[in-house]
Amino acid sequence: MANEITITIDGKEIETQEGEFILNAARANDIFIPAICYLTRCSPTLACRICLVEADGKQVYACNAKTKSGMNITTTTENIERERRAIMEVYDVNHPLQCGVCDQSGECELQNYTLEMGVDSQNYTIADVDRPSVDWGHIHYDPGLCIVCERCVTACKDMIGDNSLKTVPRGAGAIDGAFKESMPKDAYAMWNKLNKSVIGLTSGEEMLDCTSCGECAAVCPVGALVDTDYIYTSNAWEHKQVPATCGHCSAGCQISYDTKHTSIDNPEEKIYRVSNEWNYVSLCGAGRYGFDYQNSDVTKDETAFGAALDAFKKADTINFTSTITNEEALILQKMKDKFGYRLVNKDAQDFKTFLRDYSVVSRSSIYGSDLEKVHNTDFVVSVGSALKSDNPNARYAFNNAVQMKGAGLYFHPVADPVVDGMSKNVVSINHAPLQEEAVLYLLLDLFGNKDLLPTKIIDYLATFHSMKTVTVTETIKEKVVTQVTKKVVNKETGEEEEVTSDVTKMVPKKVSKEVEVDDNRLLEIVGAPDKFEETLQKLLKKKETFSLIVGPDLYTHPSSQNIARLVALIEKYSAFELVMIPTLTNTLGVGLICDLDDEAGEYAIGYNTQGDYVLSALGDGDLDMPAINQQEGTLTSINKRVNPTNVAVGYGGYVLNDIANALGLKAEYTIDYTEQLPTARGFKTRKFDDLPNHYTNAGEEVRGYLLGKMPVRMKKDEHVVAIDEDQALDGTLVYLANPVRQFTPFTNKAHQLISEGGLYMSESALSGSELQVGDEVSVKTEAGEVSVKVISDNKIDGEIAYLPTFDANINSEALFGGYRFTTASIEKV
Amino acid sequence: MSFEKFKDRNVGEDGYYMVDIEDYPETGWGKFKQVASRSLKGELFVGLWVVLREMFKFDIHTVQYPKEKLPIGPRYRAVHKMLRLFESGTERCIGCGLCEKICISDCIRMDTKYDENSRKEVTEYSINLGRCIFCGYCAEVCPELAIVHGGRYENASEQRAHFVEFEDMLTPIDALKAGQQEEYPGFGAIIPGSDKSVKKTPLAY
Ligand code: SF4
Ligand code: SF4
Ligand code: SF4
Ligand code: SF4
Ligand code: SF4
Ligand code: FES
Repeated sequence: MANEITITIDGKEIETQEGEFILNAARANDIFIPAICYLTRCSPTLACRICLVEADGKQVYACNAKTKSGMNITTTTENIERERRAIMEVYDVNHPLQCGVCDQSGECELQNYTLEMGVDSQNYTIADVDRPSVDWGHIHYDPGLCIVCERCVTACKDMIGDNSLKTVPRGAGAIDGAFKESMPKDAYAMWNKLNKSVIGLTSGEEMLDCTSCGECAAVCPVGALVDTDYIYTSNAWEHKQVPATCGHCSAGCQISYDTKHTSIDNPEEKIYRVSNEWNYVSLCGAGRYGFDYQNSDVTKDETAFGAALDAFKKADTINFTSTITNEEALILQKMKDKFGYRLVNKDAQDFKTFLRDYSVVSRSSIYGSDLEKVHNTDFVVSVGSALKSDNPNARYAFNNAVQMKGAGLYFHPVADPVVDGMSKNVVSINHAPLQEEAVLYLLLDLFGNKDLLPTKIIDYLATFHSMKTVTVTETIKEKVVTQVTKKVVNKETGEEEEVTSDVTKMVPKKVSKEVEVDDNRLLEIVGAPDKFEETLQKLLKKKETFSLIVGPDLYTHPSSQNIARLVALIEKYSAFELVMIPTLTNTLGVGLICDLDDEAGEYAIGYNTQGDYVLSALGDGDLDMPAINQQEGTLTSINKRVNPTNVAVGYGGYVLNDIANALGLKAEYTIDYTEQLPTARGFKTRKFDDLPNHYTNAGEEVRGYLLGKMPVRMKKDEHVVAIDEDQALDGTLVYLANPVRQFTPFTNKAHQLISEGGLYMSESALSGSELQVGDEVSVKTEAGEVSVKVISDNKIDGEIAYLPTFDANINSEALFGGYRFTTASIEKV
Repeated sequence: MSFEKFKDRNVGEDGYYMVDIEDYPETGWGKFKQVASRSLKGELFVGLWVVLREMFKFDIHTVQYPKEKLPIGPRYRAVHKMLRLFESGTERCIGCGLCEKICISDCIRMDTKYDENSRKEVTEYSINLGRCIFCGYCAEVCPELAIVHGGRYENASEQRAHFVEFEDMLTPIDALKAGQQEEYPGFGAIIPGSDKSVKKTPLAY
């Protein structure tokens, strides 16, 4: 870790880490330095130059100058003030006076800084060029308002990883030369750059085709980029901001539901948009646009409630999914304790088992790292997850680590153009399904500490190595002597003469030779690209911190026990720090709180899933329940954090707690259970109302609390079994996954995300087959059959198609025997 | 961010408090005392005497409302009007929402949307005259001089909540064409000669 140092800013002594950017150090200590283009966690672009400060007598940019011990910093000098004012004047040149209708008004950094710098007159001018606004689909871009701070470009590249935006030529005339003399230097340089560009699409297409997270519009300091759905519907100051936790995936992002009344004649609260602390947390399209999934127009239906109670009295099983809060999970567990219900939840059960198997080797109840740490590592590996759709924030962490001078390996059977497009420092390896063990052995082989690893494993790994002779072509430098004849003028005679001399040159020459090299058969098994080892050597240069992300493919893998142990071995015997992606929103919490059963009994209550009597927050069951945006409670995230979420929109019906109370449990509110969450499983005795939910200026996450680590009481067992190469699936394969922005039927309820699922095929797979988009096909596996439409998805590549789980009309799960891949036959009907 | 509002689950009585008034007498003696003190103070006769005196004088200065009405100054603040642009006839209101925000009685509400011409369109706009205190803030804050106060002060109604909508306030288009819309000189209008204090922005063309 970097050293603690002391620096002085405006006479105030502050502690910071050596090498931290001055701006971040100042912010962490509540010292204000104006800054527009810098995004925390991304690389500085130096587009705005307003963050000028004086460090040890020299003007530097606070967002990219690093602190040194004893540094003395002044945040304003006369010259800096002149620069800043000129910069703001430049931003205001030709800026339309349309705050009255602009969606950013009230939270606009141009408004704020123009006021802050006291700009009350304009000294600069240039003829404007036509900059018509464009519709990019879910985002609208108005170049007239754009100040070319490039924050959108930076966010999309350094954080999201889509690289969909770039600067394109503006086509403006040259700035009047006289300004060069009269203007402050940095303001002129910044104007010069700004005047050359506007923002365009990297693809060169008309429409934005990305993973549609909306982060570019969120970070835009002005009204240039706005969400199409939000345009002109509301003003920033009208919203009540409800601090919450996104309920769609296990990342548990902090969000704010921005609500106000529905309309003039409907005073009910409505969510207009979701906003976020984009410096510290980046949302995906599901979190940002999938906000209105509430169960609306529900009233207390006493007959249905009575029927529900009867059903509970009759039932011996409760089937449920992990899209519930910790408190609801605890209610279910208490009902189990009291009435002996069987609790059946497949995804939580699988994850829980995986964690237990992992603990046997690791002696730790839970994986050691979190996404926060992944952001700051240099080398990231992902195994067993369709990263961008399983947990978008894990994808952002992966990408961010790679973009910040890191590198990564992505192991997954389904090729992902988004991952491939991140950087040349990412190598994707699309191994065959059921070869995940080989991948993990390969990681042990490449990165494991051979001095510590159990000898059995070392011996086993050695069986994959052999020596082979290969012919390599090398370039060597060869000495070549040539005779050169030149004409020179003889100084004495003044006549031209020919002189011949020998010139020696080193000329590169290609030679082939045979060498003995090590052959690692594991590379072949996983299907690593040619020269993988060389590439890896390059990627590993100067890398010190390592992260391993493992995902849901592994939890349902037929050899999940062996895999869990291998994963634990990697964490234990290599530099890798480990994160596991919990399958659904609260899979981790549910797994910790509930004692789950394998088999359902005779009569089952279904909570958000099938059952003989169904409670549903989707509004399609026998009794309505509130959706997560209508509830207060806590959710346990991938970062092992118990995050609070609040009520964004009202709900008029019964909740699970009402049923529990009627059956004999006792709690006034569901959140009375927050402080009763099991401490034996790592939870804390904290009241819901005492749980914070914010980020500090230093970027520290002050949300809920972190789960504690629990002692492991199982016998240590590091035994692992060999790979079964024949297991590899081939033929026509189908994967169980969702397209980006979809997770569950809840995301599919939001008006911006509603879509019909189908069989998603890559463009290349489609063009290589007889099938057309829209064809009705029957997908048949050993376990079952569904009939769906073919959909083209350009966010995957290769031959493997996938079936979604978000569309309640397609029972995809029925086709899979647990593991997320299966062989199938796909036939047009 | 404050969590107070989320922690208060007592939604029913949110924001209400009791007004401090004397308790009603409950005993018979208490009631008698109240009646006696009210009748014997003789306040009633003071008013009756004034009326009687003026009646005999036959010198009545009262304006014969509603037959007569007093002229009203431009700075009087009665029921709002929405003005149109003189040149194009389009409504001046751009839907910025500032009047809605500034209104201290929270009686203005508006809905806006993105229209076919990529402009912000005000789809609904209402003022609850039952709550409006005619403070004039809306007229003052309006950057377009769109909402102004008119002279129509007759706004009695059977219900406490009664609304005036955008269309009702807007200058009818034929009235505008007939030259009946005057530039508003009242509350929030531009001070004469204010052009001179504006710093000019240099233009490159
Ligand atoms: S971007 Fe900011 S300054 Fe520009 S019109 Fe919008 S609110 Fe006003
Ligand atoms: S669109 Fe917004 S974020 Fe992007 S460069 Fe323009 S002002 Fe900056
Ligand atoms: S779905 Fe997951 S990644 Fe997306 S915003 Fe919600 S919690 Fe974050
Ligand atoms: S006059 Fe005052 S109270 Fe009435 S609408 Fe305008 S701002 Fe509101
Ligand atoms: S302040 Fe004026 S322009 Fe803005 S919404 Fe109100 S009336 Fe319309
Ligand atoms: S914030 Fe440092 S140059 Fe923009």
